[in-house]
Amino acid sequence: MSAARGWLRLLGSELRLIIGRRRNQVGLGVLFGLVVMVGIVLKVSAMRHPRSPSGDLIAAVAGNGIFLGFAALSIEIALFLPLAISVLAGDAIAGEANQGTLRYLLVAPVGRARLVLVKATSLAIGALIGAVVVATAGVLTGAVLFGIGPPTSLSGSQLGVADGLWRLLLAALYLAAGLAALAMIGLFISTLTEQPIAATVATAMVGTLFWILDSVPQLDWLHPWLLVDRWLAFVDLLRDPPFTDRIVAGLWVDLAYAAVFLTLAWLRLRTKDVTS
Amino acid sequence: MSADALALSTTGLTKRFGRQLVVDDVALAVPTGAVYGFIGPNGSGKTTTIRMLLGLVRPEAGSCRVLGGAIPSESADVLPRVGALVEGPAFHPYLSGRANLHRLDAADARSDPATSERRIGAALDRVGLTAAAGKKYRAYSLGMRQRLGIAAALLQPRDLLVLDEPTNGLDPQGTREVRHLVADLAADGATVFVSSHLLSEVEQICSHLGVMRTGRLVAQGPIGELSSLTATRFRVRTADVDQALAVLGGLGVTDAVRTAEGVTGSLGDLAPERIVRDLVEADVSVAEFVQVAPALEDLFVQLTGEGFDVSG
Repeated sequence: MSAARGWLRLLGSELRLIIGRRRNQVGLGVLFGLVVMVGIVLKVSAMRHPRSPSGDLIAAVAGNGIFLGFAALSIEIALFLPLAISVLAGDAIAGEANQGTLRYLLVAPVGRARLVLVKATSLAIGALIGAVVVATAGVLTGAVLFGIGPPTSLSGSQLGVADGLWRLLLAALYLAAGLAALAMIGLFISTLTEQPIAATVATAMVGTLFWILDSVPQLDWLHPWLLVDRWLAFVDLLRDPPFTDRIVAGLWVDLAYAAVFLTLAWLRLRTKDVTS
Repeated sequence: MSADALALSTTGLTKRFGRQLVVDDVALAVPTGAVYGFIGPNGSGKTTTIRMLLGLVRPEAGSCRVLGGAIPSESADVLPRVGALVEGPAFHPYLSGRANLHRLDAADARSDPATSERRIGAALDRVGLTAAAGKKYRAYSLGMRQRLGIAAALLQPRDLLVLDEPTNGLDPQGTREVRHLVADLAADGATVFVSSHLLSEVEQICSHLGVMRTGRLVAQGPIGELSSLTATRFRVRTADVDQALAVLGGLGVTDAVRTAEGVTGSLGDLAPERIVRDLVEADVSVAEFVQVAPALEDLFVQLTGEGFDVSG
C-alpha cells in the first residue's frame, strides 16, 4: 500500500517536471497552434471554393467542426506528435544523466526498475496529453470557425454530437497508445546515451523510418509489423457501426513494441554504469 | 575487527574503464563512527570508488559492504540510510532548491510524505539555505549549489554520509561551516566518509585516513598511526654547522643537512636529550633545539608524489 503511494508520489513528481517545463508547454502550444492554423486555412479555402468536390475528411471539416478534431489528429500524427513524444522520451533517462541528476535519483534510492516504470508511465501520460490536446484543439477551432452539428458517419448515417465527440476521444486514445509505444522505443534509446538531443533525434528518425517503410509497396509483407502501419485506422471509428478489426490489430502491435522496448530499457538500465 | 564494527568495507575492489585500470584492488575498512578522510590527487580513482560504494557503477572484481549490506545487491535496503554527495551537486536547473529536494524525497521509496515538508525545511536550515530555498537552482552560486547537495544528503537521518569533495566551491567561511557540520554529524553517531584531493581540508576533522594513488589504496588507518609512519625531525639552530654535522654523523643521523640557521635531520630512535648533550659536549653552541612534529602533509606527498600532475 505504502509502496503504491510512494510510486504515485514519484509519478506526480515526474509529471510536474514534464508539465512544468517551459519547453514542453511551448511544444504543446505549437501542437495546438498548428491545428488552429489548419482550421484557418480550411476556412479561407472553403470561402473561396464553397463546393469542394472531394469527399475526404479534410473536406468534411467545412461542413462540421467536429471533423477538424479528426483531421487534426491525422495531420499531426504524421510528424508533430511523434516528434513531441520523441523529445519527452529522449529526455527521460539521457536528460537526467546529462544533468547528473540520475546519480542522485539512484542514490536516493529510487530503484532502477521503479525509475524505468515511472518514466514509462509518465511518457504514456505525455502521449495521452498530446493526442487529447490536438483533438481538443481541433474541436474548439472547428466549433469557432465552422460550427458543430451532428456529424455524418463515413457509412452515410447520421450520428449524435455526443457520439461524434466520444468517437473523437477514442481516436485520440488509440493514437496515444501508438505514441506511447514509440515513447518506449525512445525510452530505450534514452538509456543508451547521456545526450538527450541524440536520443530525441534517434527516436524521431525511427518514427519517420516506420512511415517511409510503410509507404514502400515492395515491402508490403513488412507493413503489418510496422508500428505506424495502422495508426491512421482511427478513421474506422467514423464508420457506423465502428469498424474495429484494424484498430484492435494496431493496439496489439503497439503493445508488442511497448513490451519489447520497455523490457530492453529495463535490461539496459539495470546494469548500466552511471558515470555522469 | 568484526563485520559490524565496519560501516563500510571493500575487498579487492577493481574497475576498468576501457583498458584503463581506474580502481585497482582497493580494500577499504571504515570503522563505524569514524570520520574517514579519503584523499588522493585528482584522477586517483576516488570518485569511481565512491560510485561503486553507492551502487552507481558495478565493480569488475571485488565486493562492497555498506552498513552490513552488500552493494549493489542490497542497495534498496542500505541506501536509505546513506546520504551522499557524489562528484558535485546536480539538480534540475529550472526547479527551485526546495522543489529539487521534494523531487529527491519522492524518489526515495521509503520516505514518509507526511514528514517531507518538515525534513526538507530542516535540511535547508542546516546548510543555511532557507532564505534561498525558493530561488531557481540555475540562479544559485557554486557555494549555494554545494550546500543544496549537502542538504539532499541530510533529508533523512543517516547512519553513513559519503561526501565527495564537500567543500568544493565554498568560501573559507563555508568550508568552516562544512567542517562543523561534519563534526556535528559524527557527534550524532553517523559515520562520515569524506573525500578530498587536499589533505588540509580533511586533516582536522578526520579520525581515519585512506590515501589513494593511481587507483590503489596506498595507506589506511587511524590518523595517529599514519602520522607515526613519517619520521619525526629535529632542527638545531647553531652557528657551528660543520661541527654539528660531524657530531650528528657520529650519532648515526644519516640525513642531517645544512639549513639557513643550522642543521636538520630525522630523529629516528635517538632521544633528543642525547643529541643535545653530545652537541654541547662537542662545544657546538646550541641556540635552539626543536623537535618537529611529523606533518601528515609530508606523508601525503611521500605517498602520492608531489607536483601538479594528474594521476594518469
